[in-house]
Amino acid sequence: MIEDFPHRHAAHCESGTMATLLRTRGWDLSEPMVFGIGGGLFFIHIPFLKVGGLPLTAYRDAPRIILKNLAKRLGVPMRYERFRNTADGVRRLDELLDAGIPVGLQGNIYWLSYFPADMRFQYNGHNFVCYGRRDDHYLLSDPVFETVVTCSADDLARARFARGGPFPPKGLIYYPDALPRLPDLEQPVRMAVRDTCRRMLDVPIPLLGVRGIRYLARRVGKWPSRIGEKHARANLANIIRMQEEIGTGGAGFRFLYAAFLQEAAGILGKDSLQDLSGQLTAIGDRWREFAVLGAQVCRGRENIEPAYGKLAEIMNDCAAREQHLFTALRSMV
Amino acid sequence: MKAKEVPQEISMLEGHQRACYALGEDGRYTVVPSTGWEVEKIVNAVAVDEIRATIESARQRALRGEASALEFHMLRCHMTPAMLAANAGICKWRVRRHLRPDIFAGLRAAILARYADALRMNPEELKQVPGTAL
Repeated sequence: MIEDFPHRHAAHCESGTMATLLRTRGWDLSEPMVFGIGGGLFFIHIPFLKVGGLPLTAYRDAPRIILKNLAKRLGVPMRYERFRNTADGVRRLDELLDAGIPVGLQGNIYWLSYFPADMRFQYNGHNFVCYGRRDDHYLLSDPVFETVVTCSADDLARARFARGGPFPPKGLIYYPDALPRLPDLEQPVRMAVRDTCRRMLDVPIPLLGVRGIRYLARRVGKWPSRIGEKHARANLANIIRMQEEIGTGGAGFRFLYAAFLQEAAGILGKDSLQDLSGQLTAIGDRWREFAVLGAQVCRGRENIEPAYGKLAEIMNDCAAREQHLFTALRSMV
Repeated sequence: MKAKEVPQEISMLEGHQRACYALGEDGRYTVVPSTGWEVEKIVNAVAVDEIRATIESARQRALRGEASALEFHMLRCHMTPAMLAANAGICKWRVRRHLRPDIFAGLRAAILARYADALRMNPEELKQVPGTAL
């Protein structure tokens, strides 16, 4: 077990967990770099796919995409282990911890009692590092917390083996095998940026990327008349939660990606990326305006119909600016 | 967002801090811990209040005998019948049936134990509904 575990506070669970795992093996990559090379940024709105009764909206790609992309682009030999039953999963975790190997785990937030009460929802896709055990407790480095935390064996087993709902963890344990030397980042960064641009701009499905933002904007404007005020408010609150509450670093990962572009500017030796980072920061600020107005609507402080029109307008503006940004970005890498 | 603009307000984080990315004085991005943002608190409350109202309605219906205590405890754990089914290892249509108060009253101890375990409580508690709101 590692005393003084090198915990680092992160915005997003998946990029934070991966950055921590790599750091324990000697690769010092920042969270934005892991997020960027992992191609975490995205936008998706699927009205007919309901999560907790509300349409799925995400400012990011699917769970585990960051792990997969990063492993592929940097040549990280990742091990993934899943288990049929809880006892096997617990035994294997203990075995790895006793051998001094910190591992990434996937778990359901509801059962992790170190989370604040009002944030404990049935969500299967949370990621964190487990680096040791002491008595009946496990030692965790949960990247969205400021410091390391502990968790009872029962909490952890329930979180890891929660069933039902999307993305059941099935006890998932993951960790990098023997790491090679850290490769030159120039090619991986280029590849990752191109891929993110392609996904934001070119996917021929109107629910994804920039088109997804426009699609949602059209729907938001019609919500009050189509689904009623109460339901409109629930849907709106859900979008803003996905943008701010769930650990995005602010503005639905836009600031996190802007931080990545800033680092990428240095790696690729292109000052122009620095300007684009600034543009993305401004886009993020615009998304925050959307959240502020949306929250006022949720509190009943705004005239409903014109407010939803205004919200749609801000979203369309974000879409236009993101389209411009990713088009420019693609031409630079 | 600039580092000094990162909201430091009271929120549902209960004294914890979340990491925000913001621009420092030197124009470089940096992690700024935030105690929370009023906006987050408002939208979180919309979701939490909705769940609380559902739980409270199930509690009152259970006290009147119109719903089972199982339904109340399922909702208390933020579960749907499908999730409860998966966690208790009982198929969905049976769970739906067991949610009816008359059927729930006659459940065998072995079935009760499986539900109780899935909801992390003991079988005796599973039959009770609190007299006051959570």
